[in-house]
Amino acid sequence: MLLSALIGTLEQGLVYGIMALGVYITYRILHFADLTVDGSFPLGAAVAARFIADGGSPLMGTVLAMAAGMLAGLTTGFLNTKLKISGLLSGILTMTALYSVNLRIMGRANIPLLRKPTLVSWFGERGMAPWVLFLITLVLIKLLLDLFLKTEVGFAIRATGDNEQMIRSCGVNTDGMKLVGLGLANCLVALSGALVAQYQGFADVGMGVGTVVAGLASVIAGQALVRFPGLGWATTGVIIGSLIYRGAIFAALRLGLAPTDLKLITAVLVVVALSGPVWSSSVAKFGGGKRRATNIPAA
Amino acid sequence: MLRISQLRKVFANGTGVEMTALDNISLEVRTGDFITVIGSNGAGKSTLLNVIAGVYDVDEGEIWIDGVNVTNQPEYRRAHLIGRVFQDPMIGTAASMTIEENLAMAMKRCSPLRLAPGVTPQDRSRFRELLAVLGLGLEDRLQEPVGLLSGGQRQALTLLMATISNPKLLLLDEHTAALDPKTGEMIGELTNKIVKNRELTVLMVTHDLRQALEFGNRTIMMDQGQIILDLRDPERAAMTVDDLLDQFEAVRGKRLLDDRVLLV
Repeated sequence: MLLSALIGTLEQGLVYGIMALGVYITYRILHFADLTVDGSFPLGAAVAARFIADGGSPLMGTVLAMAAGMLAGLTTGFLNTKLKISGLLSGILTMTALYSVNLRIMGRANIPLLRKPTLVSWFGERGMAPWVLFLITLVLIKLLLDLFLKTEVGFAIRATGDNEQMIRSCGVNTDGMKLVGLGLANCLVALSGALVAQYQGFADVGMGVGTVVAGLASVIAGQALVRFPGLGWATTGVIIGSLIYRGAIFAALRLGLAPTDLKLITAVLVVVALSGPVWSSSVAKFGGGKRRATNIPAA
Repeated sequence: MLRISQLRKVFANGTGVEMTALDNISLEVRTGDFITVIGSNGAGKSTLLNVIAGVYDVDEGEIWIDGVNVTNQPEYRRAHLIGRVFQDPMIGTAASMTIEENLAMAMKRCSPLRLAPGVTPQDRSRFRELLAVLGLGLEDRLQEPVGLLSGGQRQALTLLMATISNPKLLLLDEHTAALDPKTGEMIGELTNKIVKNRELTVLMVTHDLRQALEFGNRTIMMDQGQIILDLRDPERAAMTVDDLLDQFEAVRGKRLLDDRVLLV
């Protein structure tokens, strides 16, 4: 009983880890607080579920979900770079629009996938638990992302998030780089949503609420725990952060908290983590110490 | 090399508080010219550099670099022609990225981005050679993030990055002003060395009148958006800082007074 619950937690940590890597790309690399995620996650679930429910192949449905997620990210990027709407608002607008789009795609608020062939059931028929599928996908994506960030295009995206003026004077179209980054990030988020739908056996129009905050919690927890330099460690940290976040949720539920309280707890956790430097500096001041919160450049 | 004709740039146009930053400026720069640009605050020196680089659009006039009309090209499209170093050492480099990654981005400014590895072993050995010239020991720190370097080291790196792809034009905007005097001098010497080696064409804005006369082969003085003096060697070589101030007064009928202008 406990073991199966722990395996379930592990599976969630892995499958939501794909989403967290997407949030890492926008939040940590592009320095863009992208709220599209709350819409592109259920978008991925909706596209995959509808396609599978209509008798399509689960693999094709998942690929279509990724393409849809990428389009959602590009939309936010278009609003931000071409129409000059602030990054935060661009994401909110896309997210809000996606709620209607997702309902259109699904045709109703919930699509069950019971007894339909899914990627999860395909693995199950071959004697493999869902975590095998999620682990393979996640590790593959992590390694590809590490490689990508070390290419010329990857450099340009990282520099766009770090110092736009510098990389523009190196001849890079920073608007284009933001589009690539947002498209890629939301492609991963939608993939995560598509896999979660196939894993839990349904897609629901409300399943995206709080996704971005959960992603942030994973990214921040990972960054706090894995402090080795280098990008490979940073993405590893995001995955570990996602596992720890799902572990914390599991523990909270075991302690008797209601599942409906989880979003509040997540939000509080993120607030505490983000305000860490403020707390430690005021504690230091109170104690008469000279330690200050310093701005350490992002790894 | 660089031809600017009848350039006008007005900020806050049509608001009633217009500020004419560039007022009908024309300038012909020959290949190999090293021009120092001086003038009081608000004279339009930095605006001139920003307009050449494409940071700002112009209201009137044309800019030609190496036979190409770049007037309406966005900044990133003409970046392969231009190397820049800014006053703030933080602006020229990406702090979270390593020394070699920064250099690689600067080196590939002429070619389209690919999905190929950003730094190759050949790049690395080239970077080591180039960094060794700086004499700051950076050649042994290729994989360290630039954020760990001091302001002077970052400025030296920026200078290297600005010149690594042999740009048609090097724009220096008070690039030694934010550094302590000793480091500033080091960066100044480095600038001369690199410019001579590569025979670059340079526009250098400075507040230091002595530096303006010491560096380069030509000095232009700006005031209220206009070029009011254009001095070339050998006439210029014989001038002192006092001569410069007298010339300014003769042209404008007032003293060049500004707390930021260094007279000695």
